[in-house]
Amino acid sequence: MSAILLIAEHRRNAVRPVTLELVSAALAVRGELGARVEVAIIGAQPDALAPALGLEGVDELLLVPAPTGEFQPECYATVAQALIAARRPRLVLIPHSVDGISYAPAVAATGGHGYASDVSALRCVGGAIVATRSAYREKVRVELDFPGRRTVVLTVRPGSFPAAGRAGGVPVTTLAPAGGPLNSEHRGYIEPEPGGDVDVSAAEFLVAVGRGIGDRETTEEVSKLAERMGATLACSRPIVDAGWLPKSRQIGQSGRTATNCKLYLALGISGAVQHLAGMKHVETVIAVNKDPDAAIFSVAKFGVVGDVAELVAELRALYP
Amino acid sequence: MRILVCVKQVLNLDDEFEMRGDGLDVDRDYCDRDLNEWDDYALEEALRIRERAGGDIEVVAATVGPEEAAAELRKCLAKGADRGVRVWDECLQDGDGMMIAHVLAAIVRREKPELVLTGVQGADHGEAQTGVALAALLGWPWAAVVRALELGADAGEALVRRELEGGLEECIRIRCPAVLTIQVGINTPRYASLRGITQAAGKPVDTPAFGELAIDGAAIAAARASRVRRMYVPPRPSPSMIEGDAAEQAAALAALIREIRGGPR
Repeated sequence: MSAILLIAEHRRNAVRPVTLELVSAALAVRGELGARVEVAIIGAQPDALAPALGLEGVDELLLVPAPTGEFQPECYATVAQALIAARRPRLVLIPHSVDGISYAPAVAATGGHGYASDVSALRCVGGAIVATRSAYREKVRVELDFPGRRTVVLTVRPGSFPAAGRAGGVPVTTLAPAGGPLNSEHRGYIEPEPGGDVDVSAAEFLVAVGRGIGDRETTEEVSKLAERMGATLACSRPIVDAGWLPKSRQIGQSGRTATNCKLYLALGISGAVQHLAGMKHVETVIAVNKDPDAAIFSVAKFGVVGDVAELVAELRALYP
Repeated sequence: MRILVCVKQVLNLDDEFEMRGDGLDVDRDYCDRDLNEWDDYALEEALRIRERAGGDIEVVAATVGPEEAAAELRKCLAKGADRGVRVWDECLQDGDGMMIAHVLAAIVRREKPELVLTGVQGADHGEAQTGVALAALLGWPWAAVVRALELGADAGEALVRRELEGGLEECIRIRCPAVLTIQVGINTPRYASLRGITQAAGKPVDTPAFGELAIDGAAIAAARASRVRRMYVPPRPSPSMIEGDAAEQAAALAALIREIRGGPR
């Protein structure tokens, strides 16, 4: 019987939730591939993480002891290669996360496997794997197949599949430990900078600015506007990179999540997938952008197409 | 010491774009071309390493792309790269990132840099694949999504900060030569000066053929890791649009916010 191999992601002794989504992605094609679903856990004490991965649809947990508990890309790539050689899976699923993209391409390049990244949908057509991803700033979708490849490695976009439910009694197999000299070593973590008195995750009403805001002066205008509206000011990544607002204001994958937000006014935010990851769940999103095709409109309930600075000036007049 | 920076010319879609006749890509007539933003940060980082070292470091910008991609190499030269390398072959038309990584590996083998920098991903396809695949093909150490970089005194190792999710960062120490994929925000890329632009015209850009790089076209074609079956514009849930001029839009927006948030009219 063929297999679908999933590589679990964990950090600081906790399984990252995206791993549970990989299982649902596997279940989408398991039947047609006639495959078992195997989840590999690579880590210093993989058995400690096993209970969190007893999930519905998983046929076997593979524990691979590793020299370090922290992620190391060469270690993950080498273990994945060895598992592919031993188990000959048709499909290997890895999260499209910072750690996932740090080793998945190496697995595919070294093994000469089929490869696609940031996959958001998955199906079988006549026994062949077909993966869907986005391109050109989310404006188009691309369907890919992998002719001539026995094994296909995919990184799966977080949030594309539901998390798999819990199940007991998943068989566990402990494999030979990963070894080998490693060329990089973990030297510690740096915690996110505290937000001072601002907690964008807690705010119910966020006014967020993105690259389309244009300049620092307009950003400052929006800051005053947000205050007058009773909203908390937030932003997307380019604003932080430009030094116009501190990192603690950033919504998105590498920033905060708008956990409590009910109303999100996005000013000049194009809607990169990394930003959407932090806010697309918000009940009411109002998007203002000059590009009518901007991806932010796909998650918005209300939209305004127009010049952001002009609109900000008009709003300031209404909230003096 | 030599630092090789791998850059890409990316396509930005115009507001109104169309698909290519075969439905496998967009029509390139509806696109702007630009230097990939992530690669711009990688180039800047290389230039800063050279400036901190006070010379004796050569920064080489390399790209795999057709004639029109030479414009992006010129931008790199104008910003301060010492020379450029551009490789192209018809077999790379509609090629994927894995094929590009194989060609870049051949460039690295010829240039023998001590450090390779490139962007985390391309702004067009966002595959985040080429840099890590390149390192694996070379058998070099690598680190991805680098947000800070400090090269050791003898360049035998580097201290690197990787940007993880949720604002967390990871510090690692890595042996060099290495491939590092650079995240936006690691620095502020410079603009080319007028003098730089003038000087760029005199800087060499090498365009070796596959044969000179000991690349076998058939092997590159065989490295393809995926094939496009179809590209299409997805149906979008469209929001209710607020029309009018800016003043009318602002008034409607304010009324809408009051309605949602409650409070005085």
